[in-house]
Amino acid sequence: MSEQSFWQFVTEQHEKLLIQVVQHLGLTFLSLFLAIIIGVPLGILIARKRKLSGSVLGIAGILQTIPSIALLGFMIPAFGIGATPAIVALLIYALLPIIRNTYTGITEVDPAVTEAAKAMGMNRKQLLFKVELPLAMPVMIAGIRTAAVINVGVATLASFVAAGGLGEFIFGGISLNSTNMILAGAIPAALLAVLLDQTIAVLQKSSYRSVKKLKYSIPVVLIIIGGVYLLNSTSDHKLKAGFTPEFMGRQDGDLGLRSVYGLDVHPLVVSDAIMYKAAYEKDLDLISGYSTDGRIKAFDLYVLEDDKKIFPPYFAAPVIKTKTLEKFPELEKTLNLLSGKFNDSIMTDLNYKADYLKQTPEKIAKDFLIKTNLYKDPRKGNSRIIKIGSKIFGEQYILAEIYKMLIEGYTEYKVETKTGLGGTKICFDALMNDAIDFYPEYTGTGLLVLLKPTAKTIEEVSKSPEKTFNYVNLEFRKQYGIQWLKPLGFNNAYALMMRKKQADELKVKNISDLKNYLDSK
Amino acid sequence: MITVESVSKSFNGKKAVDGISFQASDKEILVLLGTSGCGKTTMLKMINRLIEVDSGNILIDGNNIQSQKAEEVRMGIGFVMQHSGLFPHYNIQQNIAVIPDLLKWNKKKTADRTLELLHKLHLSEDLLSRFPSELSGGQQQRVGIARALIADSPVLLMDEPFGALDTITKADIHAEFKSLEELKNKTIILVTHDVQEAFDLGHKICLMDNGKIVQTGTPKEMLYQPKNDFVKNFFAQNKLLLEYKIARLKDVAFLVDSNRFYGDLQFSENTGVWDALQQLSAENSLSEDYENLVKAFNEYRKFQIV
Repeated sequence: MSEQSFWQFVTEQHEKLLIQVVQHLGLTFLSLFLAIIIGVPLGILIARKRKLSGSVLGIAGILQTIPSIALLGFMIPAFGIGATPAIVALLIYALLPIIRNTYTGITEVDPAVTEAAKAMGMNRKQLLFKVELPLAMPVMIAGIRTAAVINVGVATLASFVAAGGLGEFIFGGISLNSTNMILAGAIPAALLAVLLDQTIAVLQKSSYRSVKKLKYSIPVVLIIIGGVYLLNSTSDHKLKAGFTPEFMGRQDGDLGLRSVYGLDVHPLVVSDAIMYKAAYEKDLDLISGYSTDGRIKAFDLYVLEDDKKIFPPYFAAPVIKTKTLEKFPELEKTLNLLSGKFNDSIMTDLNYKADYLKQTPEKIAKDFLIKTNLYKDPRKGNSRIIKIGSKIFGEQYILAEIYKMLIEGYTEYKVETKTGLGGTKICFDALMNDAIDFYPEYTGTGLLVLLKPTAKTIEEVSKSPEKTFNYVNLEFRKQYGIQWLKPLGFNNAYALMMRKKQADELKVKNISDLKNYLDSK
Repeated sequence: MITVESVSKSFNGKKAVDGISFQASDKEILVLLGTSGCGKTTMLKMINRLIEVDSGNILIDGNNIQSQKAEEVRMGIGFVMQHSGLFPHYNIQQNIAVIPDLLKWNKKKTADRTLELLHKLHLSEDLLSRFPSELSGGQQQRVGIARALIADSPVLLMDEPFGALDTITKADIHAEFKSLEELKNKTIILVTHDVQEAFDLGHKICLMDNGKIVQTGTPKEMLYQPKNDFVKNFFAQNKLLLEYKIARLKDVAFLVDSNRFYGDLQFSENTGVWDALQQLSAENSLSEDYENLVKAFNEYRKFQIV
């Protein structure tokens, strides 16, 4: 894929791109339209009752400061996944500029003009519609313009909650190490923002009367685009599937499901942070996940048996530059202390403690090290600093914490953790650029996402986990000067899962059963 | 007729208007005169309920304004303000037509009336399609007056209407204003701090200070029978000019050859002495008449000062 040029990628994916652009615009416009419907009357209200202005603007301001991902997270319990939570979140971001500018626009109308209007016998309604709103219009449109640009930006995050949009390409690209894919999402998003900004700027500059002519057509356009989006996003498939962006693009993922099983489940793209919960709450029926994830147990999910073996098991092991190992001579020995200390059930249990019992990674790490007699009190060393990275899911946080305690207990090195890096590409780029020194990686990801060899090679080396490990280790040394240290001992593999109850009801035990169920009418 | 009965108004505990009573008769221009902060504008705005009274009554033709809806009260009262208060987003035509639109006049009636007023106020028809910001201060003020006059309401309130104009423009508009037929049968209350304007335009003057009326009277009474030192001092600076302005030819007619002035020179009884002198001084050949009139005025003046 990396040899492919950007234009080739775009041409190949133009249908998907078009859908995402429509989704993106739909999200933006629909939320903007709702924000105008709510924000403008609120702005008018607080311009009338100035006492309320402080609290209303204050609340809108606080909502604005909630980080967008967190806000999307809050939306899920209330609105499930899909377009609704995304639109509500976007609406909240768009509110402040619209309320504030409506308020400012009205309060800044020349008092002599409003006095003249009153003196001529206009009532409140006439004053508002004939004088205040027309004069406040340029300021109000400036607010809508700000809101539109903010929304185009934040809408990229909508893909976290399966609402689609250009975020699918952006975050897919980050997970799959595909610069083309990132650009195919990012460039249109930027263009949309600029285009929208300029279009509204033209409206803002043109006189009030031309806006008046357009005043019916603008909402109509907003509603049509929003409606098209809603129509597109409603699906009537038997099972609602949600896969992570990474799973979507991997051979041991959606591609494999399609080519080996002939299974097309029309998946939504969704962030793995919310996927399990969504399955538990019946917003999704079928999800992709990791076989060792603690939430499988926590949410009572059933892992479908992979009867055609498209999810080969992979080792987890720390990846580190050979140069770094030379710089920190004690490191390799220390990290390898963990080798073989895990197996699948141990890892699943640790994940369960984090995901279900809500224990902190620190506590889990310490308990684990004590149990395996590896724990030593930190030496509070003052030597050079080692930076540990982790991806943004529970297992990686726990592993990073275990490594930290290990290094602090056995060496004089100081440790810094950089957890929650949002995808394989970000972790790997951080490693290559020495922003982190090592992180736990999975051989499958190394093979399919980073090295991307030919299909034949993949087939060849996927025959056993050991084979994969050896191939990946060899290639990484050759291509990047990076080594894979000894595997931790547990296997991680992708898995398809459903709620246990539903799987029982549908009598689905393996992926072929699922295929049969979906094919039957 | 407008009757104001012991009206008071406080802002934040400070009395802006303190127990004021006065009456403005039909076809009369009553001037509320005073320095800034004396409460004259507050008083004016209570008449069309832009400001509500704390206590007291205001009656227009015997009807208490509190018993009607504020919008209805305002609709029957023309209002002219210092800064024209024209709507910046309306062109001149639309600005003048605001009240007709509120009253739902038909287009023809509005257009006819607009043209009529434009001619009376010496405004060009070309202005109709322009916006307020493209007009001079004097033009804007004339448009403001046209807007207030269009519905021919019997009462007109004017809040420092010429305050923002330069002296020359002001003199022009004053002259026009006095000769405007439209205004002759209205009750007008005009607020100003300009003593000359008060004497130029007012039939009756209420001199205000500190929220109270110090003296009410005709210009002549204010000048020659001041109630106290405050009134006397208020006019002291402009006294001589004001005396010339309020004297009419009929006042001094018994001291001059009235045939000459009314006949040959074609002045009328009501021509002001000041205006007559201005015209006579411009012609060298009339210098004798000029001197005669000055002499007569000086004689007349002696009788007035008690």
